[in-house]
Amino acid sequence: MNTGETTTPKLGVQAATKIYHTASGDLLALDRCSLDVRANEIVSIVGPSGCGKTTLLWSMSGLHGLTSGEIRLDGARITGPHPDIGIVFQEANLLPWRNLDANIRFPFEIKGEKPDRAWIAHLLNRVGLDGFGGKFPRELSGGMQQRAAIVRALALKPSVLLMDEPFGALDSFTREEMNRLVEEIWLDTKTTIVFITHSIEEAIFLSDRVVVLSARPGKVAKEYRVPFARPRSLEIMATKEVFDLTNRIKMDIVGERARPKAPEQERASAEIVRIRP
Amino acid sequence: MSDAIPEFSKSKSGDGQEVSLTNLSAFASGPGIKSGKEVAAIIAVAVVIIGGIELALRLFHVPLYIMPPPSSIAYALFDEFPLIAPHLGYTLVELVSGFAIGAVVGLVLAGVITQFPFAEKIVAPYILLLVTTPMLALVPLLILRFGFGYTPRIIAVALAAGPMVMINAATGFRRVDSAKIALARSYGASTLQIFWKIRAPMALPMILVGLMIGAIFGLLTAVGAEMVGGGFGLGNRLTTYSSMIQMPQFFAVVLILSTLGILIYVLFFLIGKKWASWEA
Repeated sequence: MNTGETTTPKLGVQAATKIYHTASGDLLALDRCSLDVRANEIVSIVGPSGCGKTTLLWSMSGLHGLTSGEIRLDGARITGPHPDIGIVFQEANLLPWRNLDANIRFPFEIKGEKPDRAWIAHLLNRVGLDGFGGKFPRELSGGMQQRAAIVRALALKPSVLLMDEPFGALDSFTREEMNRLVEEIWLDTKTTIVFITHSIEEAIFLSDRVVVLSARPGKVAKEYRVPFARPRSLEIMATKEVFDLTNRIKMDIVGERARPKAPEQERASAEIVRIRP
Repeated sequence: MSDAIPEFSKSKSGDGQEVSLTNLSAFASGPGIKSGKEVAAIIAVAVVIIGGIELALRLFHVPLYIMPPPSSIAYALFDEFPLIAPHLGYTLVELVSGFAIGAVVGLVLAGVITQFPFAEKIVAPYILLLVTTPMLALVPLLILRFGFGYTPRIIAVALAAGPMVMINAATGFRRVDSAKIALARSYGASTLQIFWKIRAPMALPMILVGLMIGAIFGLLTAVGAEMVGGGFGLGNRLTTYSSMIQMPQFFAVVLILSTLGILIYVLFFLIGKKWASWEA
């Protein structure tokens, strides 16, 4: 799926294949999945549930090995977790026994580095969590927890941010707010972002490109470019262009299975009705 | 780990073994004494109950050797305390040292064994055996081997507390949250770092439950061992006073033991509140 550009992609996925060996047999989760993410780009990955989106993201992060194929960051093959890649997990994934400050310090503790206080303060201010450092995760709303998780992921200044359905558990208003926040952060840092989501609207609003994975085994089925300038306003979501694009992606995901049967059956029964009398 | 299907759900984190410090929450939701009215009510109820017992015992002329009235127990406690105090000290020495040994060994074994699921399956029945066997039964044997000093008692306390600590701590260490471990791994955490920064804190609430149960079992075993043999300790006082039919003194010792048990409970409750309150 190389778009013909000669420069090395920021993050290149080449023929990624992943087989899980489970008790009930082998499970092909990803099948020769290829995808290039350019520097400073926001790419969303959508697809039916269980299509291997999370598997793909975990492979990109180096948390998972691949059965075959490879992931390259700036041209260099990834073999394990990489300091230049930050991850925002599903459901914030904060450590409940640590307050926000300690949660954000966690990556630095693991790496044995001194936290960059000025940068963290800037990020906290950016996401509107000033003065919440002493709070524990359970004292915060889902949206605030996810904001903290974003700060934690960006604290080490990664050049790639992988986001695994980060806002799936949030209500739609909070989700829109978070989407705008991601764009703001992107405008601020120009971090390359790979964003996994169930929400087509969210994918379109955020991304330069939307990649559609097919049902299991996951494979890149389609790719759409989203041509709107940034910063985007929520109004673009009401335009016909977005409406059409949303429907096309929806059809890509569910359409193939849902569409063809119903109209034919209707016609058939209608004919029967006509012949009988 | 690297080959597990990434799964996320809230219920998954418990791995079917939900921790409950809720058995401690009786304190949290209960006596948060708020007003003078409540204090007055609590005192009034206590006075009615204790006074009622006092009155009934005196009214029906219950003999002292069957059940002494609360006032004489209180008097005995006050009067005999200088004589009982050293024995309280002996019991505490046995309890603290035996518990410390048992807890440390139990914690280390739990930490190690949960790292090797295969070995854990093989060892599990023996651990269960250690948990379910009343260690008091071994005291006569231990006395035969080690004499009437501290040694057999401390061993018995350690044997009683250790498995309790271990089985609960192991349950805690087994609570794997793959997302949190993945988080640590994404920053390049070593196995040791994952243990100290993720597994241990996640296990802490269960460890505290284990320590509390272990300490209370330890107290039980210490007193029991003292009753079996040896001339000192609160358990020995119980047998001595009852053989001399000094019931007020006997109940004074029982009162001290109950207080000790409650103090253990409160101690671990407070530790839990401070260090493990994140688990609601």
